[in-house]
Amino acid sequence: MKDFIRISGVSKHFGNFVAVDNVDLDIGKGELFSILGASGCGKTTLLRMLAGFEIPTSGTIEIDGVDITHQPPYDRPVNMMFQSYAIFPHMSVEKNVAYGLQKERVANKEIHRRVAEVLELVQLDQFGKRKPDQLSGGQRQRVALARALIKRPKVLLLDEPLAALDKKLRVRTQFELMNIQDELGITFVVVTHDQEEAMTLSSRIVVMDSGKFRQIGTPKEIYEFPANRFVAEFIGTINTFDGTVSQANEELIRVNSKEAGTTLTALGKQPVEVGQKVDVAIRPEKIFVSKEKPENTEDTEDTCIEGVVDDLGYLGNRSLYRIRLKSGKIVQVSSQNRRRSVTRFLEWEDKVWISWRPGSTAILLD
Amino acid sequence: MKKRSTFLVSTLAFGYAFLYIPLILVVVYSFNDSRIATIWGGFSTRWYGELLQNNLILEAAFLSLRIALTSATFATILGTMAGLVLARFGRFKGRTLFSGMITSPMVMPEVITGLSLLLLFVTLQQLTGWPGQRGFSTITIAHTTFSMAYVAVIVQSRLMSMDESLEEAAMDLGGRPLRVVFDITLPLIAPAMIAGWLLAFTLSLDDLVIASFVSGPGSSTLPMYIFSKVKLGVSPDINALATLIIAVVSLGVLIAWLATRRVKL
Amino acid sequence: MRAATAKRNDELWRRVAIAAPYLWLLVFFLAPFAIIFKISLADPVIAQPPFTPAFDDQGNFSATADNFAFLLTDKLYAVTYYRSVLMAAAATLLCLALGFPMAYGIARSNSSTRSLLLLLIVLPFWISFLLRVYAWMGLLNNYGVINNFFMWLGVIDQPMQLMYTDFAVFVGLAYSYLPFMILPLYASLERLDIDLVEAAQDLGASRTRSFWDITWPLARPGVIAGCLLVFIPAMGEYVIPYLLGGSESLLIGRVLFDEFFVNRDWPLASAVAIVLLLLLVVPIVLLQRYHARDQGSVA
Repeated sequence: MKDFIRISGVSKHFGNFVAVDNVDLDIGKGELFSILGASGCGKTTLLRMLAGFEIPTSGTIEIDGVDITHQPPYDRPVNMMFQSYAIFPHMSVEKNVAYGLQKERVANKEIHRRVAEVLELVQLDQFGKRKPDQLSGGQRQRVALARALIKRPKVLLLDEPLAALDKKLRVRTQFELMNIQDELGITFVVVTHDQEEAMTLSSRIVVMDSGKFRQIGTPKEIYEFPANRFVAEFIGTINTFDGTVSQANEELIRVNSKEAGTTLTALGKQPVEVGQKVDVAIRPEKIFVSKEKPENTEDTEDTCIEGVVDDLGYLGNRSLYRIRLKSGKIVQVSSQNRRRSVTRFLEWEDKVWISWRPGSTAILLD
Repeated sequence: MKKRSTFLVSTLAFGYAFLYIPLILVVVYSFNDSRIATIWGGFSTRWYGELLQNNLILEAAFLSLRIALTSATFATILGTMAGLVLARFGRFKGRTLFSGMITSPMVMPEVITGLSLLLLFVTLQQLTGWPGQRGFSTITIAHTTFSMAYVAVIVQSRLMSMDESLEEAAMDLGGRPLRVVFDITLPLIAPAMIAGWLLAFTLSLDDLVIASFVSGPGSSTLPMYIFSKVKLGVSPDINALATLIIAVVSLGVLIAWLATRRVKL
Repeated sequence: MRAATAKRNDELWRRVAIAAPYLWLLVFFLAPFAIIFKISLADPVIAQPPFTPAFDDQGNFSATADNFAFLLTDKLYAVTYYRSVLMAAAATLLCLALGFPMAYGIARSNSSTRSLLLLLIVLPFWISFLLRVYAWMGLLNNYGVINNFFMWLGVIDQPMQLMYTDFAVFVGLAYSYLPFMILPLYASLERLDIDLVEAAQDLGASRTRSFWDITWPLARPGVIAGCLLVFIPAMGEYVIPYLLGGSESLLIGRVLFDEFFVNRDWPLASAVAIVLLLLLVVPIVLLQRYHARDQGSVA
């Protein structure tokens, strides 16, 4: 169901400091949902309110129709995987994983069976008797995961799950998490500052800043159609041109931009009026760069602008260019190196044309 | 590359000599045959023999041991509670006073604590009839009071450097707060509690001034006995006693040190 | 309803955990100070207990400031308080002078020697305080080791009077309290990153300059803690002045003890204690502040 987790009007104040500012969120059952933001934006506080370690100053939290706002952590159908993993150092892996079931007063035989089952799931079946100080970081994380999953919670919270892992391990763990989630169908809520992590893992993301939600959507929506400047600049790199709306209809929006030196276009159906000041944004990989002017641009409504190569960088799989327009504006372009060539395609100070299709842009409203 | 400063090395050498030479001399003179303790009369162990036949010393030692065992245990229980409260319970009414009371006994001059406790016991006796006879119980209460401060500080220190998310994880998994204390917190602060107990034990065994104030006739602790003899001057059987104590303590500390090194490896 | 009872149980345990140590300390630590104050306002009598009650048989309240007046006017007490402050301060300075380089040296040593060195600092602490003071008696008396040594050397032909002097008390205090100075100093200096000092020297700072600018600020909290941990108890010391000091080296701890046990003047002893407490209030509060800040920084 669409509102398996329902966060309504939740705020958290610490004295005068507002950590979470009146947010609303609905998370569906079985979603892998990420809360993405920089440190200090309030995402960890929000997670802790879901877990029960903080009580909201105002607002309610419901899970599966039950109001759990004031329930202590040990009564909630929610479990958390901590950033530091928080494995009990004085207990073996098995005892760690069994802890939650012992608190539920499950019979010993049953505990034994389920521990073996979940250890197999996280591929630690040979490690049951080991102590935490004999495990690697990645293994400890899997213990933390197993320990939480064994209780079959309705919601699993993950606090920066991949932060402490090195790059290769991170990629592998990402896919493992997704598989486990898929297999068990538990709703995951992940908190992270790493956009790549959020984009790969999640079915939906909320971008958070200073206690407020800036945009909620699928990774594609957030990346391709950022709602505002903050989200656009937070995820990946973006070029923005400021300008004034000169035409706004169902199909096309035209924006006069001095920075671009021309009229920019964007797809229609945006809540803008003629004369409104807006930003037009475009991602570097959506821009095509060439030495010759592209043909037939009047028919296709593609945008074409003249410029000069200000700087360039070769990254192996792609090249990055900084193109200086007549107005002085620098535009970042990223293009895949589809062909091998001994000589460089472009050189510094080359005269070039950058172009893109009208559907590639997004209008930012603040 | 550490620059070896001669100043530092020589100060260290002098400092350690300053700390240990008096003790070494006591040990040496405990084997002195002569009755005049500082003039050497030949090697002898007679003072140790006399020591073991001295009933007064043995009684005093036994009393001191009982007091130390009891007060150390109570101090550890109360001190651990106090340490837990200070480290984990956040703000509550009266916290500043609580925190102040915890640290003060550690530095308060002993004559003041001793005097204050004696006056308390006298007043209590006037009001309620207890304590009729000052001795084991009053000294134990006094020792518990100042020792718990040390235990509290040690436990609080250990708790504050411990990862709080361990206890949160236990609660998240279904453990109620009291359960979590027994499952997670206490096992992990056990070394600090043991250190606190040992410290309380030592402080109790060693206390002279406070015991002098709050004891009664017939209850003489070991330090009180030693003091009564030492007032009269240097004495050979005290040398022997001192050597025994030094030996026992050194052995104990050495064992503890080796044990902790073993664990680390 | 199980959840509600369980919640009440948690609350109850929380209350007990706070209340048990709190009540104990209120009764056995704080209340006694109030009693001292009350008795300092009484008159001494030859009775058991040897002071007048606050409320007599008719319920009239009697209090007298005679004891305090006596303290303030009798020169002996003023001098004794003054001497105690001087003696405690001198012992503190000696401990600092010797303890700082020692703590620094230990902090600078490599980790295997370091634990041994620390162990050797702590070991005397576990050996009876009384016995350590006693050890000095053997060293300092007229036929003691020091005099024997110098006479054997031929430097002196008559024993020096070392025992029963202020000097003996001074050395005894520094000897007993040295570990209390070294341990907090070591704790602060251990955090010193030697790279910082070397970087400063690389940039041209002299050794004294780099000490003041880098080492000292880090060491300062340890210095303050160490000085307070020595000064406050040293002010009220009884055993050391008694065993090592002479009849002129009167210190306030001894005065209090004698007033109480020898003269049986409990009210006067109480007044002595109150004035001593007042003198120590500022250092004790400073130490609380240091402790609170130190605990905060650990977290």
